[in-house]
Amino acid sequence: MYIYDEIDQRLVDERVAQFRDQTRRFLAGSLSEDDFRPLRLQNGLYIQRYAPMLRIAIPYGMLATRQLRALAHIARTYDRGYGHFSTRQNLQLNWPALENVPEILAELAKVQMHAIQTSGNCIRNITADHFAGIAPDEIVDPLVWCEILRQWSTFHPEFAYLPRKFKIAVSGATEDRAAIQVHDIGLQAVRNDEGEIGFRVLVGGGLGRTPIIGAFINEFVPWPHLLTYLEAILRVYNRYGRRDNKFKARIKILVKDRTPAGFRDEVEAEWAHIKGGPATLTSSEVERIAKRFTRPTYESLDALSSSYVLALGRDTKFAAWARRNVHPHRVPGYAAVTLSLKKTGVPPGDATSEQMEAVADLADAYSFGELRVTHEQNLLLADVRQSDLYTIWQQAQALGLSTANIGMITNIIACPGGDFCSLANAKSIPVAEAIQRRFDDIDYVYDIGELDLNISGCMNSCGHHHVGHIGILGVDKQGAEFYQISIGGAQGVQASLGKVLGPSVSQDEVPDLIEKLINVYLERRESEAERFIDVVRRIGLEPFKENVYGAHQGSKARGRQLAAA
Amino acid sequence: MALIKDRKLAADNWQLLEAAADGAALAIPDSGDVLVSLPEWKASREWLLSRSGRVGVWLTGADEPADIASDLAHFALIAIRFANFADGRGYSIARLLRERYGWRGELRAVGDVQRDQLYYLARCGFDAFALREGEDPQVALTAFNDFSEAYQTSVDRPNPLFRRRESAGTL
Repeated sequence: MYIYDEIDQRLVDERVAQFRDQTRRFLAGSLSEDDFRPLRLQNGLYIQRYAPMLRIAIPYGMLATRQLRALAHIARTYDRGYGHFSTRQNLQLNWPALENVPEILAELAKVQMHAIQTSGNCIRNITADHFAGIAPDEIVDPLVWCEILRQWSTFHPEFAYLPRKFKIAVSGATEDRAAIQVHDIGLQAVRNDEGEIGFRVLVGGGLGRTPIIGAFINEFVPWPHLLTYLEAILRVYNRYGRRDNKFKARIKILVKDRTPAGFRDEVEAEWAHIKGGPATLTSSEVERIAKRFTRPTYESLDALSSSYVLALGRDTKFAAWARRNVHPHRVPGYAAVTLSLKKTGVPPGDATSEQMEAVADLADAYSFGELRVTHEQNLLLADVRQSDLYTIWQQAQALGLSTANIGMITNIIACPGGDFCSLANAKSIPVAEAIQRRFDDIDYVYDIGELDLNISGCMNSCGHHHVGHIGILGVDKQGAEFYQISIGGAQGVQASLGKVLGPSVSQDEVPDLIEKLINVYLERRESEAERFIDVVRRIGLEPFKENVYGAHQGSKARGRQLAAA
Repeated sequence: MALIKDRKLAADNWQLLEAAADGAALAIPDSGDVLVSLPEWKASREWLLSRSGRVGVWLTGADEPADIASDLAHFALIAIRFANFADGRGYSIARLLRERYGWRGELRAVGDVQRDQLYYLARCGFDAFALREGEDPQVALTAFNDFSEAYQTSVDRPNPLFRRRESAGTL
C-alpha cells in the first residue's frame, strides 16, 4: 500500500478546500450549472436519475482496511449504508447530497483518499491487474508504476480539458487481467533481453458505442521515458482529437482516422521534442516511490499447507469454493481469495457498510490489513496463508460473500443501469438477478464452466458487455426497455468483441435466451475443457442463432425479426 | 472586461480585432495596439508592421503555433482564445509557445476565461487573463493559490516535483 508523504496529503487537502469553495459558489448562485459541471465531474460528482452519484477513486484497486472502514462510515453517514464497486475499481455512492460532498471529500482525505478525476474529460483513475505484486505469472510488479502514473496524472495542467475521458490500465503479467486492450492507453510492463523494464504501449482501445481493440504502437518504451511518451500521446490527442461530436471524441476515433501507424508517427515526432527532458524518470524517484509502499512480511511456509489439503478433502463445499475463488500466489504457502459480491439477489458489485467493516476485519486478521477491488467488481484478500483459508471461507459464508462463482456465469459484471443511472436505456440489476436465479443450481453452473456474462444498461458500456463471452446491452425501443444479446466477446490477451446475435428481446425473455445459448454450448462442446467462448470461436454464431430465434414459439421476437427484415 | 496580468489587475490598451461574420474586410485602425487573428496576420502582415501601434496575434485552438514560430519577434502580445473553457487545446498550444518556440512575452488567455481555470492556465504558461464578462476579478485573483505544489513539469515549474526534491536533497 502506498503511504502518502506530506506533499501528497497537502495536495488532497487543498483539493477539498478548492471544491468546498466551488460548491459554495454554486449553491450561492455565482457559479452556473454549466460552469460547475466540469468542476464537480473532476471531483467524481454526477447528477444522476434520482440523486447525485459520487465516484470515489481507489487507485489501482488497492485499499487499506482503515480506508475501507472510512468508506463504510461515509456510506452509512452520508448515504444509505451501501456502495457499488465499479469495473474501474472505484466505489460509487448513489445517494449523497450535493451540499455534503465537500465534507465527504474531507473525510476521504483523512485516510489518504479522494475522488479526483474519477469523471470528466481528463485522465481518470489508473487501473491495474488486481493480482499485481502477487501473481505467479508476473514479469514486472506494476504497483510502483501505477503510483507514478497516479501522481503524474493528478492535476496535470495540460490535460484537464481533453476532448473526452481518458483511461489508462497497467498490467505486468503474462495474462492480462486489467483489460488493457480496451483502454485509451494500455500499458504492459515487460523486460527486454537485458532484463531492463519497459512498457509495451497500446492506444485507442475502448468500449462504448464504438468498441475497438487498441493497437500497440510501441513495443518497448524504456521506463525512464514512460512519462514523456505518455505526454506525447496525450498532447497529440488533446490537440487533434475531435471536439465537434462527443460520440467521436475518444482517442480511438483519432487513432482510427490517422491509422495506428500514422498516429504512432505523430506521437514519435512529438516525443522527439520532449524525450530526455525534465519529465524523464530517475531511478532515485522510482526507488523513493517503491519505499513508500508497505509490503507484506511473508512467513516462510510450505508450498502446500497440509491443513488446507485436509480441509479440501474433507469438505466438498469448501473445495468447490476454493476451486473457484482461491487463486495462486507467488509466495509459497500463500493464496489470494476473492470475496464474491455476486450473490443472487444482490446488485452486482454492491456491498453494505456492515459487509465493508467485516471484510476489513477479515483483512486485518488474515491479509496484512489490505485488500483489492477487482475490475470484475469483487473484493480480493491478496495475501492469505493457505492454512487460514478454511476459517476465511466460514466467515465469508456468514457475511454472504462466499458465493463460489468466480469465472462462472453468475459472476455477472453489471453497471448500475436504469435503476440509478440517468444515461441508461434499460435496467441491469433485475436482469442480472433473473439470470442468477435461472442458474442457481451450483452444480449446473460448474458444469457450464468458465463463462463471463456482462451487462450494460446502455451503449456507454460501463458493464463491459462487448467483452463478455455473453454480452447483454440495454436498448430503447420506442420507449420500452429491450436487451440485445451478443456472444464471442472476451477480455485478456485474446481480447475480442462480441457479435450481436439477433433482434433484441424483452426483459422476461432474457433468461430463456441465455439458457438456450448454454444448451447449444453443452450439446456442441467436444469436452468439458472446451469453454463456451472456445465453442463460439470454433462453430461461429449460426448454430446459436438458429436455436434461439429459429425455435422461438409464438413469438414476439420472431415478429420483430420479420418486421425488421 | 477585467484583465489580470502577472497576478495583478491591469489596464488593457489592446484592441482585439475580429472579422465580421459576413466576411467583410477587417478595418485595422492606423494607430493603437491591435490583436489580430492568424489569417489576418498572414494577409496583412506588411501593413501591420508599417503602422504605428504595436501588433499581437490571437490564436484559436485549431491554429498551429508553428505557423508563427519565425514571426515571434514582431509581436508584443500573443493571445489564445478559448471559445469554450472546456476546449483544452489552448493549454497545449501555450506550452508549445513557451517551451518549444521560446515565446517570452505576454501570453494572454481570452474568451471564456473563468476563475476556476486560471491555476492550470498559469501552469501552462499564461501570464495574462482577460476574464469573461461577469467574472469577479478579486475572486479570480485567489485562484493562483489553489494549490501550493504540483507533481508534473510545467511552464511555471519546469522541473517536476521529483527533480526539485532530488536537488533539494529532501528525498
